[in-house]
Amino acid sequence: MSAPASAPGTWGTRLAALAVILYAVVTIAPLLWIVQTGFKTPSDAIAYPPKVFAEPSLEGYVNLFTTRSRQTEEYIAGLPPPDSWVERLVRSRNMVIAGPSKVGERFVNSLIVGFGSTFLAVFLGTLAAYAFSRFRVPLKDDLMFFILSTRMMPPIAVAIPIYLMYRELGLTDTHLGMILLYTAVNVSLAVWLLKGFIDEIPREYEEAALIDGYSRLAAFRKVVLPQAATGIAATAIFCLIFAWNEYAFAVLLTSGEAQTMPPFIPFIIGEGGQDWPAVAAATTLFLIPIVVFTVLLRKHLLRGITFGAVRR
Amino acid sequence: MAEIRIEHVRKEFGSFIAVQDSTLTIGDGTFFVMLGPSGCGKTTTLRMIAGLELPTSGRILLDGEDVTMRRAAARDIAFVFQMYALYPHMNVRRNIGFPLVCQGVGRAEVRRRVEETARLLRIDHLLDRPVSGLSGGDRQRVALGRAIVRRPKAFLMDEPLGALDTEFRHLMCGELRDLHDRLGATTVYVTHDQMEAMSMADRIAVMNHGIVEQVGPPQEIYDRPATMYVADFLGSPPMNFLTFEGAVRRGDRQVRPGGALVAVPELHEDRPPGPLALGVRPEHIRFADDAPLRGRVLGAEYMGTTQIVTVETAHGTVKARIPSGRDVRTGETVGLALRPDGLSLFDAATGRVLRSALHEPDHPDTRRAAEVRHG
Repeated sequence: MSAPASAPGTWGTRLAALAVILYAVVTIAPLLWIVQTGFKTPSDAIAYPPKVFAEPSLEGYVNLFTTRSRQTEEYIAGLPPPDSWVERLVRSRNMVIAGPSKVGERFVNSLIVGFGSTFLAVFLGTLAAYAFSRFRVPLKDDLMFFILSTRMMPPIAVAIPIYLMYRELGLTDTHLGMILLYTAVNVSLAVWLLKGFIDEIPREYEEAALIDGYSRLAAFRKVVLPQAATGIAATAIFCLIFAWNEYAFAVLLTSGEAQTMPPFIPFIIGEGGQDWPAVAAATTLFLIPIVVFTVLLRKHLLRGITFGAVRR
Repeated sequence: MAEIRIEHVRKEFGSFIAVQDSTLTIGDGTFFVMLGPSGCGKTTTLRMIAGLELPTSGRILLDGEDVTMRRAAARDIAFVFQMYALYPHMNVRRNIGFPLVCQGVGRAEVRRRVEETARLLRIDHLLDRPVSGLSGGDRQRVALGRAIVRRPKAFLMDEPLGALDTEFRHLMCGELRDLHDRLGATTVYVTHDQMEAMSMADRIAVMNHGIVEQVGPPQEIYDRPATMYVADFLGSPPMNFLTFEGAVRRGDRQVRPGGALVAVPELHEDRPPGPLALGVRPEHIRFADDAPLRGRVLGAEYMGTTQIVTVETAHGTVKARIPSGRDVRTGETVGLALRPDGLSLFDAATGRVLRSALHEPDHPDTRRAAEVRHG
């Protein structure tokens, strides 16, 4: 009996495994470097040659969450003794805590805008995709192409008109404005992805439900949605990743109230320039929700990507 | 239980006409089969009865009540799909109980009726299993269970055995017919398989290009096809056609393909000279050395007790089913004797059968001829 080409232990598989491992290293190494930089002191972070192993420090995180002011040694000596390790750390750099930083608000903004636009895009996308998949819509193919065509140019190409429009409408620097914008960009992707998923669900399921006594809407909710869950999850991940990471529009349209994390992170300034450990700490925290979301839905994501590729 | 009547129903999809002006009556308690090739409009007709498609024109009546525009849920009809359409996210019990839950039946009652139905179909041991692990036959039984559990007015089945392998299909044919006899419900069954149709149906409607070609009990459709299409669609191998030019007159009892004189059932209509086709079933052909119709043997297929012999004649190739005891050699010339009372004569231009004693046994001409014969 000869072993099939993909059996474990053959040269082909070993090479493939090696390639996968190499790729993983290439993609994961910068992330590990960022996570590690978050736990370095500012001087270790910019040391040359770079320090691979440094004394761990929480200074980056402290700096991220606080605003501080520099004081003279005499002034600090005259203060009552520090009541926490955070204050002790800050005073050791001849500074005192002036107050909390804005990172918490920015993070909440990112959550509101990211999840809000994802929910809206997936909700609208599911309804539209269902209609396109099941009903005789006039000019269906043209409409589908039109929807796709909104993705054919980079969204930033329309940044100026959108900026002017938003200013007139009073939508600049509002949660609603950002949610609408990201929804508009994502909904075309959602319609296309979800139409593929819904096309794969045999319409006999709904027809059976229609005959068994459900209305069209009830059949959609009770029969189609549970089966489209995989596709919906995969689509939601793609939409969330876009909205979560979007930088250009966020820089342009938000400055205070509704500013999300991407435009906030690069401008975390310390004394004498960029505060790299604080930037790295912010990046690390910024990554966590998306990692959690993806890990929670990873089964669906894998099935979502390979959906329709395998004849069941 | 109900009588289903469709009147002048027509269905267009854009410029494609799926069903042209169909009129059918399906009697209460009948096992009615719509038979035809794919694209003939049989499934569309079934879906219009179910309410999954609305007819472009025409009426659909259930027990005399016009339901043409009523939505599927309000028609009290059960539908069995070819691909079963079992809800993959529910187990067997919930699949069967689903229609009852939709109707708001109480939990205890649902449980009782699901179990009763499962016993009837002998799937009660599978109730708590997910549907994904079931064999094709068991899935089909679950699909039937979901239909039966509601005790609907009628069952509509769209090629329900199409996905099963041949051997199992035979078994399920028997089970379906049994089930029909026990429930006594009106069943409309769509298939392209003539064996399924012949073995189960009380009545068959043969459809082609959106037209009902003929409706009748299986034997009538087989023995007395109304059109060349029906004759050709049924039977394996199908009916042979010997084509020739000629004219016939009312009262004729023989035709002349070429020079040969062939006895046929007495004709009841005149036909001016034109193309004709003499239809003969393979089993109605006998090899006889003195027969005037002659042909050359092209080959033979051994089928066990019989063999199918292909013979080339001046009027086309025919297949004869003869006992396998007869030694047949390729290339030999044989005489073909046709059994007169089984022959149909068709107008080859329109494809319609010419009326004759075979097709109109109750016609006065037929009776008179019989009286003359018997003296």
